[in-house]
Amino acid sequence: MTIGLLIAVTMTLIVASTPILIAALGELVVERAGVLNLGVEGMMLIGAVTGFITMFTTGNPWLAVLVAAIAGLLSSLIFGFLTLSLSANQTATGLALTIFGTGFSALAGQSYSAMPVSLFRSVFPAELTTHPYLRVLFGYSPLVYFSLIMVVVVWWFLKRTRGGLILRAVGENDLSAHSIGYPVRAIRYGAIAFGGAMAGIAGACFPLLLTPQWAEGMTAGRGWIAVALVVFASWRPFRLLAGAYLFGLVMTMELYAKAGGGPLTAIPSELWAAMPYLATIAVLVLISIRRDASTNAPACLGKPFLPSN
Amino acid sequence: MNCDTPFRLELTGITKRFPGVLANDSVSFGVKPGEIHALLGENGAGKSTLVKMIYGIMQPDAGEIRWNGEPVTITNPNAARRLGIGMVFQHFSLFEALSVLENIALGIDSKVPSRELRARISAIMDEYGLTLDPNRTVETLSVGERQRIEIVRALLLEPKLLIMDEPTSVLTPQEVEQLFGVLRQLAAQGCSILYISHKLHEIQALCDTATILRAGKLVHTCDPRQETSRSMAEKMIGAGLRDLTRSRDRALGEPRLVVSKLSTVQADHFDVPVRHVSFAVRAGEIFGIAGVAGNGQNALLEALSGETPASEAGAVAVDGKPMGTADVSARRSKGLSAVPEERNGHAAVGDFTLADNAVLTARDRIDMVTLGLIGRDKAEAFAGKVIETFGVKAQGPGAIAGSLSGGNLQKFVMGREILQRPSVLVVSQPTWGVDAGAAAAIHQALVDLAQAGSAIVIISQDLDELLALCDTMAVINGGRLSRAMPVAEVDVEEVGLLMGGIHGETEASDAVPA
Repeated sequence: MTIGLLIAVTMTLIVASTPILIAALGELVVERAGVLNLGVEGMMLIGAVTGFITMFTTGNPWLAVLVAAIAGLLSSLIFGFLTLSLSANQTATGLALTIFGTGFSALAGQSYSAMPVSLFRSVFPAELTTHPYLRVLFGYSPLVYFSLIMVVVVWWFLKRTRGGLILRAVGENDLSAHSIGYPVRAIRYGAIAFGGAMAGIAGACFPLLLTPQWAEGMTAGRGWIAVALVVFASWRPFRLLAGAYLFGLVMTMELYAKAGGGPLTAIPSELWAAMPYLATIAVLVLISIRRDASTNAPACLGKPFLPSN
Repeated sequence: MNCDTPFRLELTGITKRFPGVLANDSVSFGVKPGEIHALLGENGAGKSTLVKMIYGIMQPDAGEIRWNGEPVTITNPNAARRLGIGMVFQHFSLFEALSVLENIALGIDSKVPSRELRARISAIMDEYGLTLDPNRTVETLSVGERQRIEIVRALLLEPKLLIMDEPTSVLTPQEVEQLFGVLRQLAAQGCSILYISHKLHEIQALCDTATILRAGKLVHTCDPRQETSRSMAEKMIGAGLRDLTRSRDRALGEPRLVVSKLSTVQADHFDVPVRHVSFAVRAGEIFGIAGVAGNGQNALLEALSGETPASEAGAVAVDGKPMGTADVSARRSKGLSAVPEERNGHAAVGDFTLADNAVLTARDRIDMVTLGLIGRDKAEAFAGKVIETFGVKAQGPGAIAGSLSGGNLQKFVMGREILQRPSVLVVSQPTWGVDAGAAAAIHQALVDLAQAGSAIVIISQDLDELLALCDTMAVINGGRLSRAMPVAEVDVEEVGLLMGGIHGETEASDAVPA
């Protein structure tokens, strides 16, 4: 394998992983606060369609990302209102949000089908982004750097700040946090809003980073992979990064196999298409063998907060 | 009432109503600076509701709270802490997956760098003689150690009023003395203390004033030193207290439970396994195991109940039948029942009804299952019988276990096992956090069960309870059991030293010297 091919594979896998990584980071924070939001896929589609429409009408990718983040945030607040203020079941509400997002994005994007936009490209000078070697460092969209910065930010917030400690405490024992005097609902609203904004940005990655157009259901289940990733990263940001890139590698190999990439064609393309899901199962098995990882789940995950007064 | 010093905290006409219950009915009293003030009452008398309003977790429906003479509205616990009110909870407000340090940091409002916080924690621990490793995760700590976190957390705030909810139920006599030293020291520095307990002799030893609540109403305010334990207990219950009736000199039968050289494997880094534990309990005998939390009590209970079967069948024998390798269900059906310390989550499933919880342990012995189908009516009848016999305050067999107060759920799980008439009953902390009336009922039931010929093992950190109930007792320390001593010959001082790990010449012959 040549250096050039290696660089091309690395870059493809990093770009392919970015939306999963961004969405999963948001969901990780939500779950650490004790809330299970299964609406990631729906919020991503809402982010994808609003991001696409903004890009199509204004041509400004920064504005498109911002609009997608706000749209994702607003849709997550529907979930927050139902589960926190009305104590609705989180699993059912999350699934409903995904169904809503799928329908809403299909409706909003109806008249934009197959219309092209330009990609959100690297902001570095062309000498760096087209350099045969240096492009592996500089050749990415700002969204990729954003995802990596957010890994560090989320890790630092959860591990090193008082706000992160309080958020973990709320996810660990909501009633104790309430009795000490922390505003459990407000903290969870905040976490859900952050998760929604991240899912919206992750959605915007599809038209701005991967395929520069709108297609119905274009997130293709990546939101679900993001939810699964959080579990098998055992709620830790750097494991999440490793997990997301592992998925990116599998998806990249699928692309190369389809394109007739030498030895990869020995395996039928159907099997390659199934790889991300087989990898999910394999990683889950490996993690279950290690006992400490499964006990890292936030103790209040998915339980409604019902204080006695 | 004398008015020479103003009250630090004064409550006037505090009323709190819940759907269907008047939890506090126009309660008025005051606490002076430096006063240690006891709040007494049975479970459900409204003590917890009252202190929750003082600590800002709930708001009163009517009445006024004055702080240093000024009317205040305490909207939340942060506001309470800003005023200088600290609280040590009975059901600890701790986060299991977080470290001791993180738990303490969560209890203080200002952001303190962790190095400075460590220094302040170790200063407080030195001053009051409390030991804790700040890096340990709470889930690995015993009940006693968890309570120390709460105390350190409260003391860090330099409170003007400290609310202590049942603080001594898990401490050794020496630790209780130490805690009383801490509290007297705080009171001498001018801190007021509101002390909730059901241990009346402790209130007499410590408190200046006692306020007694019954069914939400203030029934009496007195000087506990002028009262007897019995007179206060009767005011609390509103009726005469039943004496523990038993005959000390009754003949004990053949050994029913024989434990020989029982050892367990260390389950995780913080588990304290038991090593070469041997003892025998005869028919009609109550055998007490004293010890400070975290000395192998959990491992011992799990090894006896069958949760962790032993490798040798002969390690545990019931009525001569070796049962060391049998699992929980097999042991239960052969008459060996156990009640663990943690009532909600271990002894009972909090989300299940009482009837369903009855099925979980009583299905075989009470014959609730026919051809694999649960007989609902039988389960409900049995749960109803437990509720009635043990005076459990619950809406009926359909009540959700988690909705019961701690004391009532404890009465239910104890009653559930006792009514199955086990040959051997092993219980851990049978009256932890349970009020005087309920504790007396549980104690009487255990004595009655022994008199009917069962062998009973009580693992408890409450030495008074063991001295009152047991015929024989031993001390567990570091996973090893001391020699068994007839209670009549027990020297409290010596037991205290054994609990602290200081072995005298009375060390068991089969124990390895430390």
